[in-house]
Amino acid sequence: MVKLGRRAAFAGALAFTGVAASGPSKAQSQELKIGIKTEPSSLDPQFHTLNPNIQVAQHFFDALVLQDENLKTKPGLALSWKTLDDTTWEFKLRPDVKFHDGSDFTAEDVVFTYERIPKVPNSPGPYTIYTRAMKSFEIVDPLTLRIHTNGPAPLLPLDLAALSILSKKAMQGPAPEGKTSAELNAGNGLVGTGPFKFVEWQRGSRIVGERNDNYWGGKPVWSKVILRPLSNNTARVAALLSGDVDMIEDPPTTDLAKLKNDPKIHLDRAVSNRVIYIHLDQHGEPSVGIPDTNGKNPLLDKRVREALSIAIDRKGIDDKIMEGVAVPAGDLLPYPMGGTRKDTAVDAYDPAKAKKLLADAGYPNGFHITLGAPNGRYINDLKIAQAVASMWSRIGVKTEVDAAAPPVFFKNRDSFKYSAYLAGWGASTGELSNALKALLATPDRPKGMGTTNSGRYSNKEMDAKLEQALVTNDDAEREGLLAEASKIAIQQDHGLIPIHFELSVWAMKKGLTYQGRADQNTLAIGVKPAA
Amino acid sequence: MIVYIVRRLMQAALVMVVMSILVFVGIYLIGDPVLMMISPDASELEREAVRKALHLDLPMWQQYLLFVNDALHGNFGKSFLAGQPAMGLIFERFPATLELAFMSLVISLALGLPMGVYAGLRPHAPGSKAIMTGSILGFSLPNFWVGLMLIMVFAVMLPDLIPGWPRLPASGRGATVDVLGVKLSFLTLDGLRHLLLPAITLSLYKGALIVRLARATAREVLPMDYVKFARAKGLSERRIVGVHVLKNIMIPIATVSGLEFGQTVAFAVVTETVFSWPGVGKLLIDSILLLDRPVVVAYLVIIVFFFVVLNLVVDLLYSVLDPRVRLESRAT
Amino acid sequence: MTDAALEPVVAAKPQAPLRRVVSDFCENRLAVFGLVLVVLSIFVAVFAPLISPQNPFDIANLDLLDAKAPPGSVSGDGKITYWLGTDGQARDMMSAIFYGMRLSLFVGFVSVLAALAIGVVVGLVAAYAGGRTDAFLMRIVDIMLSFPAILVALILLSVLGKGIDKVLIALILVQWAYFARAARGAALVERNKEYVEAATCLALPPWRIVFRHMLPNCMPSLIVIATITLARAIALEATLSFLGVGVPVTQPSLGMLISNGFEFLLSGSYWISFFPGVALAIAIVGINLAGDHLRDVLNPRNLR
Repeated sequence: MVKLGRRAAFAGALAFTGVAASGPSKAQSQELKIGIKTEPSSLDPQFHTLNPNIQVAQHFFDALVLQDENLKTKPGLALSWKTLDDTTWEFKLRPDVKFHDGSDFTAEDVVFTYERIPKVPNSPGPYTIYTRAMKSFEIVDPLTLRIHTNGPAPLLPLDLAALSILSKKAMQGPAPEGKTSAELNAGNGLVGTGPFKFVEWQRGSRIVGERNDNYWGGKPVWSKVILRPLSNNTARVAALLSGDVDMIEDPPTTDLAKLKNDPKIHLDRAVSNRVIYIHLDQHGEPSVGIPDTNGKNPLLDKRVREALSIAIDRKGIDDKIMEGVAVPAGDLLPYPMGGTRKDTAVDAYDPAKAKKLLADAGYPNGFHITLGAPNGRYINDLKIAQAVASMWSRIGVKTEVDAAAPPVFFKNRDSFKYSAYLAGWGASTGELSNALKALLATPDRPKGMGTTNSGRYSNKEMDAKLEQALVTNDDAEREGLLAEASKIAIQQDHGLIPIHFELSVWAMKKGLTYQGRADQNTLAIGVKPAA
Repeated sequence: MIVYIVRRLMQAALVMVVMSILVFVGIYLIGDPVLMMISPDASELEREAVRKALHLDLPMWQQYLLFVNDALHGNFGKSFLAGQPAMGLIFERFPATLELAFMSLVISLALGLPMGVYAGLRPHAPGSKAIMTGSILGFSLPNFWVGLMLIMVFAVMLPDLIPGWPRLPASGRGATVDVLGVKLSFLTLDGLRHLLLPAITLSLYKGALIVRLARATAREVLPMDYVKFARAKGLSERRIVGVHVLKNIMIPIATVSGLEFGQTVAFAVVTETVFSWPGVGKLLIDSILLLDRPVVVAYLVIIVFFFVVLNLVVDLLYSVLDPRVRLESRAT
Repeated sequence: MTDAALEPVVAAKPQAPLRRVVSDFCENRLAVFGLVLVVLSIFVAVFAPLISPQNPFDIANLDLLDAKAPPGSVSGDGKITYWLGTDGQARDMMSAIFYGMRLSLFVGFVSVLAALAIGVVVGLVAAYAGGRTDAFLMRIVDIMLSFPAILVALILLSVLGKGIDKVLIALILVQWAYFARAARGAALVERNKEYVEAATCLALPPWRIVFRHMLPNCMPSLIVIATITLARAIALEATLSFLGVGVPVTQPSLGMLISNGFEFLLSGSYWISFFPGVALAIAIVGINLAGDHLRDVLNPRNLR
């Protein structure tokens, strides 16, 4: 009889325990390990306008203007700013700031940074969207910069918040853009003024930064920061529970109850700028996803749109699907962000009234509709779509869910294949014009209006208010105009159906806290040991 | 033999060309890469600029010719998403996947082969029945579930419950050692600790397959005349099994091991995501969903070459394992 | 001399009467148990609409307030008892399992059988013909092996639209190459054996040599691979559906239910993942227990 089995098995078991028992040495000093959801595609802060890229860049770099946790502007590398006239902004820069390599920060670095942006080759998501308004630069003195714009640009400071300042000296190189994206990815030229200095990037594994002792914002608590991309939701939670990381972003909603009850875990939350909404085809008749109404498009009737909105039990979705991390929405941004109203009403759940509205509009027996949705792009997007479909079906609007992987979803959306579709929008500027412009303005591609308005909602009155707001320098006046525009589009016209705002959650080991941010970014500088 | 190998490699080149064309056309049919990557805030102006920069405004055949031209100069294009050479991105992560695939192959063969042969020799022993039932579990339990359970048990629960029980890492790859410019982690103890759980997860399916194959073919081979003859000659059981039976069951085992190894290297996405293993599997899926064509093309061209070579090795192995197999069979 | 006289010697397929097969089979209790499980699964799949308390594919039936209800709870309107609880979308787990079993088994079986058929033909032809035919066919196999399922499914989805037939095509396209390699490997060994030489001398037509004589000798390993691939096919369909390139999301297959349930594994609502997993395991275990013994019984060379 072959005896190899037993001996080999014993040896194997011994080896297993031996290997498993050789643990790592005790972690010392203040190291912070964060499990992030998506790895950045590049460390060049001007290569791709991708949220993970921006998030990581903010560890190593600063912008002239920073955004606080509610996305309101606060001084960064610029101490103050004001408009001198309709087309000139003046920025007073912060003195005595040093880059990681010891050189001084001056206006020259700012001009170099902004001028490099259009030169970055092959950018799949160029930062030129933020430099569009800039015409020319004027260095008045090493700490004073004037930016001349093409026409009034009241939102310029917000645009600057997305632009990390590079060191002109460290970025010198033979290419037209100085150091290339590839070189930056390897750490060559990756010199900023931020709270952490770049140490290394092992793709797929970790990004490491070490403390910048001379940071102008105060010496960071953490001597070392390690960002680890852990894209699988459950694995990310397991990494936190096993101590592989100290903090994670975006824990899946299904694990929240368990994490809440775990004595070793602490949760922090913040309302985000991301709204989940449904867009409806308001272009003409017939509508491609509504086959059974004899060529008519019920979505052209305001009553039908309202019915569809009040048929949605937003609170039910919050309870059952989002596990409490959603805030029912009646606007595109939560109060008190720029342009929002304090008393915005959220459509109350009223299926009986919905059925009545449908009957009034001439559809007592409802109709069939297909709801398009992406799969895995937004938190629980598929589940929300199914829930909405089920709720619409109960008022007689028999809904089929057409869920597709993001590339196919976007292709279909942009070729107007959906009568209704679910999507999300995060206004990076923290004020309403960003969302209104993209989602509700009458589509005008060359002017950059309505780029994501695939329902083709159009109201000239709303457009006029929006356009005026975009050139109004006075903050209060501008936000007033935006509030009116939003009221027309959403409360009056039901141009689109906002469902809820995502509530961002951060889970960390007990003893840490994080001031949650509305842009859902996870920044090591904001993580502090609990008082 | 040399001619055979050379001919196979030439065919590999042809196959790589065909694959590149298929991928180009395929991605084109799926959708628009620019849409996937560009900021939703961008205007038409920026979209056009990106399209132009990435040559996506040219007709498909022109884009393909550009690609061929670059490829002949050793440049397989830059990832749309990362702006870095696609090949570089792939080769950075390849060693991690290869390590994982290799380790799981070793575990599945080392455990599966003996168990399967035993079950074939003694089909009615209780151990055999246990092995066969266990093997059914091996391939019916979903990969994801197994990985997760292993993490929860060995990285979270057992170390929490039993003081002193060693805690295995829940994610990531361990410390690496540079060998000829390639970073390998199985040469360090820390690397092995990180490799253990993911490799075990991957080896379950393979192990089950090998156990069942080994048993089935052993049962086929045992009644054969030459085995009876060897027994009659008085050869020891060990020699009969170790030499005669084993050699004859190796062909299907070799085929399947090769196929499974290939599959793991090319597509071990689930395990890699669960364990956040920095391999190529995840890179591929992400690139496909983002329509990052250069990476997908580069990856699949490499993989198809890899499969050609892998199958060549297995074919050569056939002729070693079974002299009756003649690879240069006459054409009919 | 007719070749009929040589058939009994050359052929490997047993001509045993059905009765003998059945009685041999029933000797093994484990195998009978397996058969019972298989019959149960098929029964459930075929009669799902009749035995389910709810049609889980009709979303108008779902009330979100009932979502994630534990086993044994009653629905909000009191009409149904959720014996196995409800999932995240308020589908009755038991009904969803019955309906999903039907979809998963159908997709799994059909795709594996079709892939097996195609793969076996290609592999055997390649092994028998050798030379250029072998090289050509095997290079196509190499290409197919390298093509990821997701890419195939995405292309099909984009070009042909949604539908369960597209999922089937994608699964078949992705699996046949594996069988082709396995069949070819087995056939290469058979190809140079004496009985093939003998058959060739008899001027039997090639197709007959390949399919009536070589094929039965290649079957054992192929059947093992096929039964295991069934499990993999069901999992693959689940992955594709998960990514939105498979079956419609509101009509989940068993595989999809399991995938959907993964995120609930650690959260306390264990039933969402547990019961579908058990159901699938029952079907697969049954198929394999019964299949194992059936194979042994059908093979005339096995020692009894």
